[in-house]
Amino acid sequence: MLRACLRGANATARKNYRRIPLTSLQQCRHYTAGESSSASKVVVAGLLTVSGGIGGTVLYAKWDHKFRAAVEKNVPYSDWLLGLALGPAAQDPGLPIKKRVELAQPPSMIEKQVKKSAKKEGAEGPVKDSSPAPSQPAQSLQEASAEATHIISAIGEVPSVPAPCDTEAAAVKECNECHEHKEATAVHPAPTEPMKERPVEEVAARLAQQEQEEQDISASVSASLEDSLASSAKATLQAIGAQEAALQAIMQHTDKLKEAMEAEVLPEEKSNQWKDLEAALADRTTALNDARAALSKANESLDSLRSVIDESKGLKISSVRPLVLAAEENLHNMVVDLDKMAMKVQSAESEAKIVSQYSELVNEAKRQFQREVSSLTPEIQANWKGLTGKLSTDDLNALIAHAHRRIDQLNRELAEQKVREKIHIDAALEQQKLEDQKALDNAVNTALQHVKEDSRLDQERKLAELREVMEAEMRTQLRRQAAAHTDHVQDVLKVQEHELKAEAEQVLSSKMLEQETRYRQLTQEQLDNFTLDMNTAYARLKGVEEAIDSHVVAEDEARKAHQLWLSVEALSYSLKTAEADVPTVPLENAAQAVRDSCRDNDFALALASALPEKSLQRGVYSEASLRARFNSLRSLARRVALIDESRNSLYQYFLSYLQAALLFEKSQEAPPSQLSSEDLDPFKLLSYASYCLEHGDLELAAKLVNQLRGEARRVVEDWLIEARLTLETRQVVNLLSAYANAVGLGTTQAP
Amino acid sequence: MSHVTSCFSREIFLTAENMADEHARKWDRCLADTAVKTVTGLGVGIVFSLIVFKRRAWPLSFGSGLGLGMGYSNCQHDFRSPYLIHGRMVKDQ
Repeated sequence: MLRACLRGANATARKNYRRIPLTSLQQCRHYTAGESSSASKVVVAGLLTVSGGIGGTVLYAKWDHKFRAAVEKNVPYSDWLLGLALGPAAQDPGLPIKKRVELAQPPSMIEKQVKKSAKKEGAEGPVKDSSPAPSQPAQSLQEASAEATHIISAIGEVPSVPAPCDTEAAAVKECNECHEHKEATAVHPAPTEPMKERPVEEVAARLAQQEQEEQDISASVSASLEDSLASSAKATLQAIGAQEAALQAIMQHTDKLKEAMEAEVLPEEKSNQWKDLEAALADRTTALNDARAALSKANESLDSLRSVIDESKGLKISSVRPLVLAAEENLHNMVVDLDKMAMKVQSAESEAKIVSQYSELVNEAKRQFQREVSSLTPEIQANWKGLTGKLSTDDLNALIAHAHRRIDQLNRELAEQKVREKIHIDAALEQQKLEDQKALDNAVNTALQHVKEDSRLDQERKLAELREVMEAEMRTQLRRQAAAHTDHVQDVLKVQEHELKAEAEQVLSSKMLEQETRYRQLTQEQLDNFTLDMNTAYARLKGVEEAIDSHVVAEDEARKAHQLWLSVEALSYSLKTAEADVPTVPLENAAQAVRDSCRDNDFALALASALPEKSLQRGVYSEASLRARFNSLRSLARRVALIDESRNSLYQYFLSYLQAALLFEKSQEAPPSQLSSEDLDPFKLLSYASYCLEHGDLELAAKLVNQLRGEARRVVEDWLIEARLTLETRQVVNLLSAYANAVGLGTTQAP
Repeated sequence: MSHVTSCFSREIFLTAENMADEHARKWDRCLADTAVKTVTGLGVGIVFSLIVFKRRAWPLSFGSGLGLGMGYSNCQHDFRSPYLIHGRMVKDQ
């Protein structure tokens, strides 16, 4: 408050250019005199408040940077105070650094080639299907037959060549046969597929295979036949042997029987005879059994042989036939032998039967007699020959009577028998005849059969021979036909080949031509495209080159402009190096740099050379220093304001001093736009100049100061010179900078 | 001396210090000179007063006045010197 009063008082005093109204001051002072204690309190309080406010402001500024910035902006000299208290303001945080994210390239996919593992097995022709593998020796009928049919069908499969084939009857028959077989065997896929011509090698192979098979089969068949033949021969021999033995046994037995019947021998020998007879009978039976078994075995074996033969016959292989025939003959012989033996045995048996019948009759009679005797004499044993001492006379008499009766009976029977003998003999003869007839018939039959067999065999043999002959003939014919066929086929093939060749040539030529034309076209196209591309590339290259050149030129210009600008900036910066009372650095270097950077630019060069020498050598003072100096000069100028250019005495100096002491003017006053004569008062001028300086207008200040005259002028002369120098330098630098900026802007490439 | 100094100051470096200080220096010189002259005059007066004029007061004041006046005059001349125009007689031919 007090200060405010003072300030107001001073202002009014300066305004009026009058003496200070000391009374007001005194009044103020008077007022304050009585209230010194309260005033001091007020002063203290005020001071405390102010300091508190300042401290609080400082603390808050420390905490809140925005507030500090605001305070520094708004309150002058606060930045100095805050800087003193807190240190410089915190800088802005730097620009955030961008992280570079590295994109990982996804690994390129590797394509795998799919392997084609599918193997196509060549479709086996119909040939393969029909050619079975050769089987083992032990073959079944079906297999063999199937194989045979296959082979025959394969042989008979004629390639489909449109050539007339002379087929003989046999061949036709064969073909028919094989066709039948073909149809019979469902395995053969020929009907479904078209006939394919097989190559010669294949046919040969097939034939070889077939031959091989035939051989195998024949070998197997022969082996089997031999086996069976051997076995049957063995069996037959065995049978024959057995039957011989049986025959012998029978004959022996019969003889023995006869002997036993007829021969009157001693009783002891009779029993021996009977024993022998029984033994012989036993032998005979055993022999007969054996013979029968052997016969059956032989028959079995013969049957098997026959079946094997039939099988083999069924194979219908030519090479087998002689074997078959031989086997059949053997069989026939064996059968014949067996039959003979059987017949012999039978006859012997029949004889033996008769004899046995006789013996039986005799035995019967004997038994009957014995029965009679026994019935008569029960206590007598059967074997009356041994009972010589044991019989009584009655018994004996009875016995003799019986015997006599028996003899009579027997005589009667004998007479009857003799009578009937003829009839019986006739009957027997008849029977015998019949039997003989039967036997004869049998024999005849067997003989007939044998003969038939023989004839058949002969026929078979002849047939086989004929077949062979025919086979050979057919083979020759076939060979001839095959030869003819091959010739024809060759001819036809040649013709076809020619035709096809011609056709193929034509097609090839046409395709080639087409390909040629297409190729030429493509090449031409490619050439054209290439030329076009080359042209465009060349043009682009040219364009690029031009662009680059222009760019280079522009860049050069820009660079120069930039350099100029940089040097001018350096120059202007070097202007700022002026400190309080120290001039700037000599501008020579910077000016030299400017001159260097604008060698080919006359305007800039002229400007650069327009810099005053003094500034180059010594540097210029800054405006601030000039301002400061002016303030000090001002007082001096005021003091010598009254001294003009005329001869002034010291008294004038005294007067001007007095004037300066007594005269008060505004420290700063805004100069009017036009100076009038009363403005030329040095004090006014000085205040104008001060104002201008304060407002940074050095030029106007210099102009105003230039209006000073006399000693004041002399005093401020060098200041004026300095100011002029500074102004000049600044002007030149501004011009240069403006020019550099303009040039720089001009050369800057618009984005 | 002042002439020399002023020439010196003008020719080589017309700096503020020199120009502003010149005025001050002038004053310094002037005052010093005046003081010296006055004292010298006073001294001469004293001497004259003592020797010639039988211890009268008037040579003292005379001498000091003389000295002062000389100094004043010198001072004045010094201060005037920039404005003195030195003419030259151009003889008519």
